[in-house]
Amino acid sequence: MMTTNPDKGIVAFVSDCMRWAFTGGTVFKIYLAVVLILMVMGGVAYSRQFQEGLIVTGMTNIVSWGLYISNFTFFVGVAAAAVMLILPAYMLKDKDLQEVVIIGEGVAVGALVMCLMFITVDMGSPLKVWHMIPGIGLFNWPSSILTWDVLVLNGYLALNGLVPLYILYCNYNNRKPVGWKYMPFVFLSIFWAVSIHMTTAFLYQGLPARPFWNNPLLGPRFLASAFAAGPAVIMMVLIAIKEQTTYPVDINIFRKLNRIIVVSAVINLIMLFSEVFKEFYNFTHHSLSAQYLFFGLDGHDSLVPWIWTAISLNIFGTLLFAFGPSIKYRPRYLMLAAASLFTGIWIEKGFGLIIPGFVPSPMGEVVDYTPSSTEIMITLGVLATGALVVTLLIKPALIILRKHKEDAVETTASC
Amino acid sequence: MSSENKKDEEMKTNKVLAGKTTRRNFMKNLSIAAAAGSAGLVTGGCAGSATSEEAGLKWEEYFKNNYRLMTQKEKDETVARLVRLAKLRDNRDIQMSNQGPHENVLFGYAFNISRCKGYMDCVEACVQENNLDRKSKTQYIRIFEMDPGQLDPTTGDGKFHHEVPVDGKFYMGVQCFHCENAPCIKACPTKATWREPDGIVVVDYDWCIGCRYCLAACPYWGRRFNWGDPQVPEAEVNVDQHYLGNRMRMKGVMEKCTFCVQRTRKGKLPACANACPTGSRVFGNLLDPNSEIRFVLANKKVFRFKEELGTDPKFWYFMD
Ligand code: SF4
Ligand code: SF4
Repeated sequence: MMTTNPDKGIVAFVSDCMRWAFTGGTVFKIYLAVVLILMVMGGVAYSRQFQEGLIVTGMTNIVSWGLYISNFTFFVGVAAAAVMLILPAYMLKDKDLQEVVIIGEGVAVGALVMCLMFITVDMGSPLKVWHMIPGIGLFNWPSSILTWDVLVLNGYLALNGLVPLYILYCNYNNRKPVGWKYMPFVFLSIFWAVSIHMTTAFLYQGLPARPFWNNPLLGPRFLASAFAAGPAVIMMVLIAIKEQTTYPVDINIFRKLNRIIVVSAVINLIMLFSEVFKEFYNFTHHSLSAQYLFFGLDGHDSLVPWIWTAISLNIFGTLLFAFGPSIKYRPRYLMLAAASLFTGIWIEKGFGLIIPGFVPSPMGEVVDYTPSSTEIMITLGVLATGALVVTLLIKPALIILRKHKEDAVETTASC
Repeated sequence: MSSENKKDEEMKTNKVLAGKTTRRNFMKNLSIAAAAGSAGLVTGGCAGSATSEEAGLKWEEYFKNNYRLMTQKEKDETVARLVRLAKLRDNRDIQMSNQGPHENVLFGYAFNISRCKGYMDCVEACVQENNLDRKSKTQYIRIFEMDPGQLDPTTGDGKFHHEVPVDGKFYMGVQCFHCENAPCIKACPTKATWREPDGIVVVDYDWCIGCRYCLAACPYWGRRFNWGDPQVPEAEVNVDQHYLGNRMRMKGVMEKCTFCVQRTRKGKLPACANACPTGSRVFGNLLDPNSEIRFVLANKKVFRFKEELGTDPKFWYFMD
């Protein structure tokens, strides 16, 4: 039994969380080992890139952003998607989603950590990053959209870290979180979620130099695809939790997530169709990037198999979600659907969006881009770090919530 | 002079002690606090040969300000450090200028597409003049071989490798066009790239963080990134350098054509215009009504590349 000390203090909170985060069965230990190995390999690869420069990547002056920025873009979407749980859970007081909103927030924090890491590894002179810190550096705000992105991403990270932290800390101490202390931030984080994704879209959308990106539909389409892919990730995490732990996850939650995903995925597909129509009904100079992406250009077609795989997975996943049996919880079926939708959007929003923006170059040149092995290893390292962050956040959170629920009868004091 | 410096130094220390941390002092404090441990990190891999003087200079270089915010004194100091570093590191004697823009000067360029024969002497001169990386074969200027019936260089061949001129073809040179309304400047998150009052768009190599957003934003492919450490054979190094121009770049930073700022601010022509054997390249002061460039703009039919983007380049094409 725990002591009934009214406030167990920060130290106990942190040490308990650490303990809960790292203890687990054999499966968990293997998972942890794999993640750590990937992180170490990524670290080694990065030290090589740090020494020799970005020349160890597959990027060139023509395709000057690659795997890193592609992944960055995609995971901004995953982070933003937490709002699809936050909105109904906090604002509409949806009981089912309240149970799992913490998982959404954990996924968002992990995704944001990845985003910031991807930006950092993409930098040519990472030691000079202080040049961008407002106050001691020179922050080109509001002119540069990149500075906006830095602000909104860090702000969103703070919001998604602090709100759940407060609620968990209250629960840990067996107290009731006080609405006015955190609800304003919940409100804020809802708008903020939309803004991180729109800002990231504007990063590309605002460049007349790149007709493939300079398209007013880019921002909205970012949102729609994010609101499909993000909940898909959250669903995969939930299935893993339901199957691997004893934490109760109500099947109603899956039904609700399913509905969110279907609506967003269908909207995403409609906009995709609208874009494809515009590019190909009357073919212009500005459609060359789209042609490169979908069919290849001047014998360069390295993206073609990727994008068609992505679209197939996209449609396949959407159909599975749309016509699946929603009454019964079938983990395999849902896992397959979520995984294919997630992978489809990952390829499409990552590679399929960033690379064609650069091809053909503003001088009309067509080249292919293939990431180097160093680049892939660094990317895997960052992904592993993100997975670790999500795991280490969610594990203790679930334990606290569970304990709190069991002790709920005695909860009286407010936090 | 030296006593004045001392006083200056003293005042700085006093300020620091009094806790009135100005921006620069804040960085200085930080540097003192962190110096011992991480000197190796900043000074990079060549710790073996690095004398303590070199390490100290590099340390001060690391914490210096954006060039545009430097006082003239600070500009002189950083130039002095860079000259000394070139000596220490490569045993190379260089001159480096930080000459500012002249009053009533706005540089402009015009390119005669009916004269150019594609000899590429300009490209070669530019590579030599600006210490461009030989390893990656970086070029600021590119010449496109064009088919008649076209005026858009994107339709041309930028990689031709045969004897010129070819019958029935014409040639078009492209480089950074020094846009008045430059998307690259707007994009840069750290203000590491800007337009000087004489119209030259420059990069502070020491301030650039290498994010490459400017490269994505440039509609003319005017910028070049240092993916690795740039290399120039010692014998070919141009030692007549400018801080914002052809001084040695390092890996991980952006660079671009600077209208040869090290030459043009001394009243010389850019290396490309100087080298062109056909006289296709006209360079001059747009504010001087008697300049050749003004003559061209007034008397020839001129056009600019991707005019619809509203970048207002200071680079025109014309025909005889
Ligand atoms: S041509 Fe490109 S690099 Fe040069 S000023 Fe214009 S936008 Fe900037
Ligand atoms: S690469 Fe350098 S100059 Fe270009 S936008 Fe980034 S910091 Fe600015």
